[in-house]
Amino acid sequence: MMKRFDILKKTFSYTYVVLIMALLYAPILLIIVFSFSGNARFSFSQGFTLASYKEIFSSDSFDGLMSALKNTVVIAVISSVCSTILGSISAIGIHSLRKKMRTIVSAVNQIPIINSEIVVAVSLMIFFSTFAFPQGYVRLILSHISFCTPYVVLSVLPLLQRMDKNIYEAALDLGSTPTKALFKVLLPNLVPGIVSGFIMAFTLSLDDFIITQINKGAGTGIETLSTYIYEDARVKSISPYWFAVFSIIFVVVITLLLLANIRKLKKSEDK
Amino acid sequence: MTDNVQQAPKVRKKFKFRLTRRAFSYPYILFLMIFVVVPLVLILVNAFIYDGAFSFQNFADFFNVGTSKGLSVLWKSIVIGLMTTVICLIIGYPLALILSKMKAGKLLILFFMLPMWINFLIRTLATKAIFDAMGVTLGMGTVIFGMVYNYLPFMIMPLYNSISNIDKSYSEAALDLGADKMTVLVKTILPLSFPGILSGITMVFIPAISTFAITEILSDRQIYLFGDSIQNMFSQNMYGVGSVMSLVMLVLVLISNLILNRFGAKDESGSVVL
Repeated sequence: MMKRFDILKKTFSYTYVVLIMALLYAPILLIIVFSFSGNARFSFSQGFTLASYKEIFSSDSFDGLMSALKNTVVIAVISSVCSTILGSISAIGIHSLRKKMRTIVSAVNQIPIINSEIVVAVSLMIFFSTFAFPQGYVRLILSHISFCTPYVVLSVLPLLQRMDKNIYEAALDLGSTPTKALFKVLLPNLVPGIVSGFIMAFTLSLDDFIITQINKGAGTGIETLSTYIYEDARVKSISPYWFAVFSIIFVVVITLLLLANIRKLKKSEDK
Repeated sequence: MTDNVQQAPKVRKKFKFRLTRRAFSYPYILFLMIFVVVPLVLILVNAFIYDGAFSFQNFADFFNVGTSKGLSVLWKSIVIGLMTTVICLIIGYPLALILSKMKAGKLLILFFMLPMWINFLIRTLATKAIFDAMGVTLGMGTVIFGMVYNYLPFMIMPLYNSISNIDKSYSEAALDLGADKMTVLVKTILPLSFPGILSGITMVFIPAISTFAITEILSDRQIYLFGDSIQNMFSQNMYGVGSVMSLVMLVLVLISNLILNRFGAKDESGSVVL
């Protein structure tokens, strides 16, 4: 009797997990499947077709889409590289600050992370317009650096705290100069944190919509992928060619994430 | 900015070892002051400026319910935010519980977090396309669905972290002492996962009330929440009321973080990165 109840419970549990998972992935899968239908009505009345994909290249908005893609990547690369450099260096600095100062800096470092994105966005907008920062790329890259760097700091700091202090001091004792010890001992130990900080900063910047939307400036005409989609798709209903664009984005993002996590996935399989 | 970064190694040479490393943080401290502290101070200042002079008029405007700009929008946002949070908790808690008991739980949780890395705007538009095709009228129902869909992973993650970190011997001890499984769940696991619940609630509720664009898209521009209104204020050059609303949002964020810190729930949120 008990056993049958357990099996029932297990079946129910698995069904529940599968159901929620299906719900989360349903919109993504539906869009991918019906990107081959050539219409936005979710029906294969026209049969299987690549029309939506061809439309990406033939539509008038191709140039706009490509420039949005270019802007997104340029901003993400520049701001994530800057954030990684700034964040890693300052993590080393923050780690050696006195306790009181370190607490204060860490608290301020938390603000952009815990704060709601819309408030970060408008506060930066007021700031940029008050001090007349040049519109466009400058504002966007600075704002992206300002919300990405805290994450880099947070991913490097724990490694510093966990690191054996003696290793660094041993290097000094053995006659290494502080500079050499920094590059040969300290930095190699921080690489995992720096890399994950960089990935984090890059994805955050790529993914950002709110801060970009509010700080891009009306006159500059600079659009990133997300703001471009927002401007185009929210007004009209979504045209079939967006199905194709979304599908490409879904596949690219999910593949990249799986690749980035393949080590982790393997590890959990081994267990 | 880049200049600051490059200066750091130069500064290093001047000082001796201990001091030098501390100096590494100075460019960033300056950066934080300029790009985090000053902008927030500017919001505070703008909240008290009306027609170019010091005034409490913006606060009066905000609390004047009749204008339907401030308090009433906040109220509506809180109601929708609460509904979203409760639904996420009801769906998420059993899920986290099941996952924490499964061997493949760690792997599965990755797949629950995956969709989160696709831009929320694209996911929302995809949902809208489906609703449109099914002929569902956009309104409160679709908004709530969209919010739950969007924020559910934020609830699952901290819940899973906190439940799977509970020492199994607690539940075993409870079972040995004669508790049935339901009692173990209610009296042992539930209280021990409280920090995770708290963390999940904050991670859903705060973004939900300040949500931007999701409600607009999924309600065909009928429902605007607090986040949308803040943006609207600024785009209509009403910096004063907009700043007051941002301050209110900031206060909510700070309060929720104080509560989180108090209950030590901070760590439960875990890394949102896979």
